[in-house]
Amino acid sequence: MAKTIEEINEKIRKGKAVVFTAEEIIDVAAEQGIKKAAQEVDVVTTGTFGPMCSSGAYFNVGHTKPRMKLGGGRTCLNDVPVYTGVAAVDFFLGATAMADDDPRNKIYPGRFSYGGAYVIEELVAGKDVRLTATAYGTDCYPRKELETFISLKDMNEAVLFNMRNAYQNYNVAVNLSDRMIYTYMGVLQPKLGNANYCSAGQLSPLLNDPYYRTIGLGTRIFLGGGIGYVVGSGTQHNPNVARTEKGVPKMTSGTLAVKGDLKMMSPKWLRGTSFTGYGATLTVGIGIPIPILDEEILKFTTVKDEEIWAQVVDYSDAYPQFIPGSLGEVNYKQLKSGKIIVHGKEVPTSGLSSYLKAGEIAQILKERIETGKFFLTQPVELLPSVDSGIVYKPLKERPIKKHH
Amino acid sequence: MQKKRVVFNYPSHLVDQPVISKLVKDYDLTVNILRARITPKEEGRLVLEITGKRSGLEAGFRYLSEIGVETQPLAQDVKWYVDRCTHCTACISVCPTQALDVDRKKMEVSFNRDKCIACEICIPVCPYQAMEILF
Repeated sequence: MAKTIEEINEKIRKGKAVVFTAEEIIDVAAEQGIKKAAQEVDVVTTGTFGPMCSSGAYFNVGHTKPRMKLGGGRTCLNDVPVYTGVAAVDFFLGATAMADDDPRNKIYPGRFSYGGAYVIEELVAGKDVRLTATAYGTDCYPRKELETFISLKDMNEAVLFNMRNAYQNYNVAVNLSDRMIYTYMGVLQPKLGNANYCSAGQLSPLLNDPYYRTIGLGTRIFLGGGIGYVVGSGTQHNPNVARTEKGVPKMTSGTLAVKGDLKMMSPKWLRGTSFTGYGATLTVGIGIPIPILDEEILKFTTVKDEEIWAQVVDYSDAYPQFIPGSLGEVNYKQLKSGKIIVHGKEVPTSGLSSYLKAGEIAQILKERIETGKFFLTQPVELLPSVDSGIVYKPLKERPIKKHH
Repeated sequence: MQKKRVVFNYPSHLVDQPVISKLVKDYDLTVNILRARITPKEEGRLVLEITGKRSGLEAGFRYLSEIGVETQPLAQDVKWYVDRCTHCTACISVCPTQALDVDRKKMEVSFNRDKCIACEICIPVCPYQAMEILF
């Protein structure tokens, strides 16, 4: 018997909704069977807590007296430059932005110990940050300089807006070269010294709804400790990749764009993060409720780590040179065991996405739903799926001839 | 037999003295040097694991104190900020002694300072600055 979102919300309102995490549902479905579990269970909660570079926040800081147009000049939060190419006192801060005087990789490998993500974490923690700006001045916005402390509560709006989060599956990174390399997938030891993966596996949101049957524009989610919304597919959303028989993508695939009110979030679930030799980024906590509308949706949520496969990719050559191909496939049960076999060699593994914290998020979301603090939404439009015809394109360069 | 992981701080006038050799010969101690460094000011800093009889260890440390070598347990110099740790496990595959270890059922990271040799490999590997070694 199929359910509707409205029926599930009615049960949440009465405190009668049956909710399990994406980890718990595996055993529940094994005991009860898919058919019965699909009738009994209303919601399965997922979670992920990993570094997500395409994150950022936009702010409206209010007008100064006299007024100032930040655009066209230069504005920084704690010396980290923000994007001001919008109206007078709106700007966007990217997670990976860094101060002009950060040494970057000049002393290799750079530490990247501060950046936009850290500013976001400090703001969410309620701290003051320094807002500094210079501008060119106009008749209507005459002021040219500004230096002030500002905190989140002083601002009109502060919105987390992430254009690509919660990747559905990811590469397993290794290093075939004979020197240490420093990547966005962490420090990779030479000659297959380690393998780094980055997914919450069986808890990960999009791996539990592989064809995006329930997730889309308007889906209410746990975001950074507060409430957020899916606002569409993320950049590089690519549903048309190789999948297992059960429909689980075997490589990087779907992505989400999400937004939420930064003022409601917590520094526990939005963390400034530094990858040595690479840069700063934001670790984001996301939890998505999956309404169990029918048996197929329930079945998808029972996906186990051993059924999710990922591609092992060499980050010393294949990745940087954009050479397609994989050194082999491994599953998340193997990855979480601490070692995998690549080219006949036993390689120790490390995660970059926290499975422990992903589980905590799924648990928090479950409790919020059980106690009537979180209601589900009907998406206005589902994410484009395998029938969308989306093709993921590389940049095709068309050289610009220089005329002399 | 007892085993201790300690940090020695040498004043500059002792840097050219065979202190370790004396510990081995006169006090019957087994010494495994984990790290050694001489600062620009010519002060020495050593991280070692010393094994020996209790009496030998006590006498050896007395000798060190008399000649002016400061000693302290290694554990004091290594900090794991549990509230900064996200349990991502990035450190697990590189820690050579399993001082940083993970409960595979919960995927929860723990730090056992007695196993740490202060090699610092985890420092650039941790994306959350959860490890700090004052060395």
